Amino acid sequence: MNSFYTYFAEIFRGLKSLLIGMSVTGRYFFSPGQIVTQQYPENRKKLKMFDRFKGDLIMPHDQNNQHRCTGCGICETNCPNGSIEVISDRIELPDGKKKRIIDKHIYHLSMCTFCGLCVKTCPSNALAWDQTFEHAVFDRSKLTKILNKPGSSIIKDIE
Amino acid sequence: MAFNIYDFTSFNQSIDQALYEWLPPFWALIVEMTIIGLVFLLAYAIVGLFLVYAERKVCAFMQNRVGPNRVGPYGIFQTIADFIKLLMKELVYIKNSDKLLFNIAPFIVIIASFMAIAAIPFAKGLHAIDFDIGIMYVVAVSSLGVVGVLLAGWSSNNKYSLIGAMRSGAQIISYELSVGLSLLTIIVLAGTMQFSQVVEMQSTGWFIFKGHIPAVIAFLIFLIASTAETNRGPFDLAEAESELTAGFHTEYSGIKFAFFFLAEYMNMFIVASIAATVFWGGWMPFHVSGWEGFNHVMDFIPPLVWYFGKTAFIIWLMMLFKWTFPRLRIDQLLNLEWKYLLPINLVNILFMAFIVLMGWHF
Repeated sequence: MNSFYTYFAEIFRGLKSLLIGMSVTGRYFFSPGQIVTQQYPENRKKLKMFDRFKGDLIMPHDQNNQHRCTGCGICETNCPNGSIEVISDRIELPDGKKKRIIDKHIYHLSMCTFCGLCVKTCPSNALAWDQTFEHAVFDRSKLTKILNKPGSSIIKDIE
Repeated sequence: MAFNIYDFTSFNQSIDQALYEWLPPFWALIVEMTIIGLVFLLAYAIVGLFLVYAERKVCAFMQNRVGPNRVGPYGIFQTIADFIKLLMKELVYIKNSDKLLFNIAPFIVIIASFMAIAAIPFAKGLHAIDFDIGIMYVVAVSSLGVVGVLLAGWSSNNKYSLIGAMRSGAQIISYELSVGLSLLTIIVLAGTMQFSQVVEMQSTGWFIFKGHIPAVIAFLIFLIASTAETNRGPFDLAEAESELTAGFHTEYSGIKFAFFFLAEYMNMFIVASIAATVFWGGWMPFHVSGWEGFNHVMDFIPPLVWYFGKTAFIIWLMMLFKWTFPRLRIDQLLNLEWKYLLPINLVNILFMAFIVLMGWHF
């Protein structure tokens, strides 16, 4: 008798759980509420990506055209697929000491996997992510970018 | 030529007579068969394309998405664009495959569904063949599709295809029993297997109301079993994407793949129309015996609207199943059939026979 009872109890329990599931999807069918799909090309004017989106590697410069990169090359050694090249220079300071500055910080977008190790390991927080995502270009050479702006220099007290 | 949207009998007869006057009987028959074949071919393409579009829209709405919305207004030409793309794709030659069976298999699948659609009454007089064992014919013919599925899996020379085909075989052969027995429950009530008479008998009330409890149970079982028979989710282990890439049609491309794809949707349409015809009255308007005025108002809605409305509702239910439930494992699938559906079905037939015997139906 007990097994007879469990047989039917199982059927009705199963039916009940199926109906709960169907009521959820059925409710969404009739009143989907907020549609999550973005109508992309139409909304590109007001489309804003979220802050954590890894779009493009940039080197932030302040209003005096100064950045925080010391040219230590840690980002270059940490990049798993060699998409960063740091070309550094040595200059002599007025007090006779020698100091390393960057000549070019080259970033190959075409090789980047957007892992973010460069941003994470940078000791002086010189690199950051931009939120742009339309990277398509007609020439591959345009994917190689120089991150430090021309004529820029390092902010004074960063070692 | 009297064209009447409520009764196509005289319209069909006038075409028939005109053809037999113009042509010798043999050629008249050939022309008639060609016309019917072309009409079905056209209907097949339109319904198939529309169902693919409907499925994508329905699933999109259930998942808070928009669905296809680029080609034409609301994306209604999306499936036509997809179909053109499939037509232009290369038919890939499979090394070491059984070429003859590989090429025949999609045709067997599509012919099986084509044969089944012939026996379905769309409206009064709009009926290709009216067999006196129509229900049995449809059940027999629609299960031929599994031969094509098995051949496709076997001839592809691919382990995924073979596993998918074997699963499909096990599944369809088991669920065939439940489909047959649930239809048998209604045959007990109707006392006939002829589709036109089954529909005619529901002019005083649809069988799901006339047969009350056992008819509702039979309808639920038919819905579950026929979803399984069409290889649709949650019973789509034959083509489980996440485990078997695409199951039995892994190796097919281009138009042959489109045949399998179209056959799946047409099978869904056929199964839904059988459910609508046998349980919900087919093209018969909603009648309550005794309410003459009400019945008369209902008669003004054309039978084609009733038929397609009911079929669309059952198709929508099957889509709701697919986009709600997770896929069953093979052991769960066979458990459901042999431990639950089949015994309940057998008891249900006995129950229905008892009710008919005692005259407790409406």
